[in-house]
Amino acid sequence: MERLLVSPSPHIHSKTSTKVLMRDVVIALLPAVAVSVVFYGWKELLVLAVSVLSCLLLESLITRYMLKKADTICDWSAAVTGVLLALNLPPTTPWWVVLIGAAVAIGVGKMTFGGLGQNVFNPALVGRVFLLISLPTYMTHWEMPKGLFGVDAVTGATPLGLVKEGLLQGGNVADIMAQNGLSYSQMLYANIGGSAGEACAIAILLGFIYLLVRKVIKPWITLSILGTVVAVSAVFSLVDPAQFTDPAFNLLTGGLLLGACFMATDYVTSPMSTKGGIVFGVGIGFITLMIRYFGSYPEGMSFAILIMNSTVPLLNKWFHQKKYGRA
Amino acid sequence: MARRTFSIGGVHPNDAKISRECAIKALPIPPAVYISVAQHIGAPAKPVVAVGDAVKVGQVVAEPGGFMSAYIHSSVSGTVKSIGPRKDLAGNTQTYIEIAVDGDEWLETIDRSEDLVTEIPEDSKAIIEKIKLGGVVGLGGATFPTHVKLSPPPGKTCEMLIINGCECEPYLTSDFRTLLEKGEQVVVGTAIIKQALGVAKATIAIEDNKPEAIEHIQKVVDSLKAKSGKYAGIEVLPLMKKYPEGGEKQLIDAVMRRQVKSGGLPIDVGAVVQNVATALAVYDAVQKNKPLIDNSVTVTGECFPQQANLLVRVGTPLRFIIDHLGGVPADAAKVISGGPMMGKAIANLDASTLKGTGALLFLTEAQTKRQPESNCIRCGKCAEACPMGLEPFLLNRLYKAGDVDGLEANAVQDCIQCGCCLYSCPAYIPLLDNISMARGQVMGIMKARAAAARAAAEAAKAKSE
Repeated sequence: MERLLVSPSPHIHSKTSTKVLMRDVVIALLPAVAVSVVFYGWKELLVLAVSVLSCLLLESLITRYMLKKADTICDWSAAVTGVLLALNLPPTTPWWVVLIGAAVAIGVGKMTFGGLGQNVFNPALVGRVFLLISLPTYMTHWEMPKGLFGVDAVTGATPLGLVKEGLLQGGNVADIMAQNGLSYSQMLYANIGGSAGEACAIAILLGFIYLLVRKVIKPWITLSILGTVVAVSAVFSLVDPAQFTDPAFNLLTGGLLLGACFMATDYVTSPMSTKGGIVFGVGIGFITLMIRYFGSYPEGMSFAILIMNSTVPLLNKWFHQKKYGRA
Repeated sequence: MARRTFSIGGVHPNDAKISRECAIKALPIPPAVYISVAQHIGAPAKPVVAVGDAVKVGQVVAEPGGFMSAYIHSSVSGTVKSIGPRKDLAGNTQTYIEIAVDGDEWLETIDRSEDLVTEIPEDSKAIIEKIKLGGVVGLGGATFPTHVKLSPPPGKTCEMLIINGCECEPYLTSDFRTLLEKGEQVVVGTAIIKQALGVAKATIAIEDNKPEAIEHIQKVVDSLKAKSGKYAGIEVLPLMKKYPEGGEKQLIDAVMRRQVKSGGLPIDVGAVVQNVATALAVYDAVQKNKPLIDNSVTVTGECFPQQANLLVRVGTPLRFIIDHLGGVPADAAKVISGGPMMGKAIANLDASTLKGTGALLFLTEAQTKRQPESNCIRCGKCAEACPMGLEPFLLNRLYKAGDVDGLEANAVQDCIQCGCCLYSCPAYIPLLDNISMARGQVMGIMKARAAAARAAAEAAKAKSE
């Protein structure tokens, strides 16, 4: 008598898995990682290494010894958090600050909720915002890109920081930009002060396209964030160009692209339905601009995503996809 | 131009139609057949032969056990050896009629010639009666008695007959081969069903991974149209390949752009759907007096040495078919009756074929073994894939919480069990397993509630009288 497997249908699987999806996200982040290392040098490499390794280690220790479950280190999700956290920190961040960020990201942001799939907030952003609030000195100490072999680092403020500072001192947007030599082309491909991941818009878009091609994510959340930012900032900057920055500036600064392409699209912390995703994206775009224009922080992407993360259960309850044969 | 398809969800599994070049060949007659009395949806048939009776091919051995039931005929000639319980392919006990084969003597009334009869009978009642006497059931999977489906309830009219030639399950090619080799009979069968329903339009829907079949059937339709007015209104419609296009509700959506309401029937939106193989069976029953005693079975799988499409007599032991082609390969881990998405894993190879058996598929452990389940990552791929627009992740959670009301509110009863959710889940969560359990619970409750409401209404009526 043959030994036959018997199970309910379906008997085949699409071959996708959590591991494959998460690995694709890491692959999609590689251009941004490469650019940041080239621009910021070995310091950035250290930030990346500390962030990724400590995220992996913490994930492993917590799942094994605190949750007493099978180790989930192999599913690549901790690696995604590690890379995203590193790209959200200034390259000058000391290793122990990175370590604290990773501990908060994985320990508090992810594992307290029960691990992958259970967390309400994006773990990397939880880590980042924790550091931003508790250790602001390290988090606002930016460095101008000097290249992989550069020696003398020039520290400076981010474009958003410069503009905010300038406006507070009574300047207008155009003058501030001109004084500090800020240009859009520069922002598009590199060379602005800021988090490592902000360095190059093109690298981030490359990764985003990869995710779309591999069907890891749908474009709706990202597009609705970008669309909202463009629309709202267009209105404001047309009304008062001296006080409010224009759409291109807002798109290219403050980690907006990194957030819109990689952080807001996180499966776990974004809505399930397309409609919910669009509302989610519009909310992020709008809150980001409100913080930038009227808040005390120069950039608002992290806060906006975290705030909208908290609305996801509600959005999932409100918005469903259309069912067959039902009104 | 983008081809038509259904509007919600769906997946694109690898086609794997590796048996597509295998022409249908008749399998030798086995030494004995075991004919189940429950080969259709509805009441089992009642045996009308006794042990020791001599039977011919095509002779009735069991008659309908109710309104929703069907005739069953002997697929061989020989002697009835026993009538009693045997295990079916899942290991459940059913009543089987065992017939020891002796020669191959057919009833004289059956026209065994190859001549194509294109004349369509006029009387729809007579057609439906012949279909009933022929024991024809839906061969697309559900084995719904065809004569019942062709008698719409009063007040409902059919606007379009859809002949389902999608064969959207991977690996299966028996419908494809039938379209290529028996295309004329299928089209005549279509015209007969069309006549029985009194409907003006019929669409033969074929997925575009079968271009040869589309081309062939188009030619056949054109030539028959030129011959007789009875074939007017029959069209061939190529559809974009997507699973589960052959699902009745999905096919109606794809062809007619109409959706059957939850709990409703296709006839509510003016549609009747019949499978290609059913159309062939209707042709045989009406034009040739040949009841449904054999059907085409695809035997396939990468690990199976010899791909085949076989014409198999109903009741043939599965082991006889497999041994004819060289036995179960050493690396086969699972044998499936049907396709890989909705077929049933076979627990008992000593079971025999039914009218609705369409395929035997052999999969290796690497192809079929489920990976261990991990946490839901809320990617929403299950909801994206669900052709009914349901949210499997939510239904799974509600099932685990035992929230029966929540399950009903989120339409678990609409699930068609196509398997798209589990197929696309990156965390290998047994979504369909749990949803099927939940669906059973909810449908049981809904039935009980409807019965209670009916009883209450009757009681109220009795009181008022």
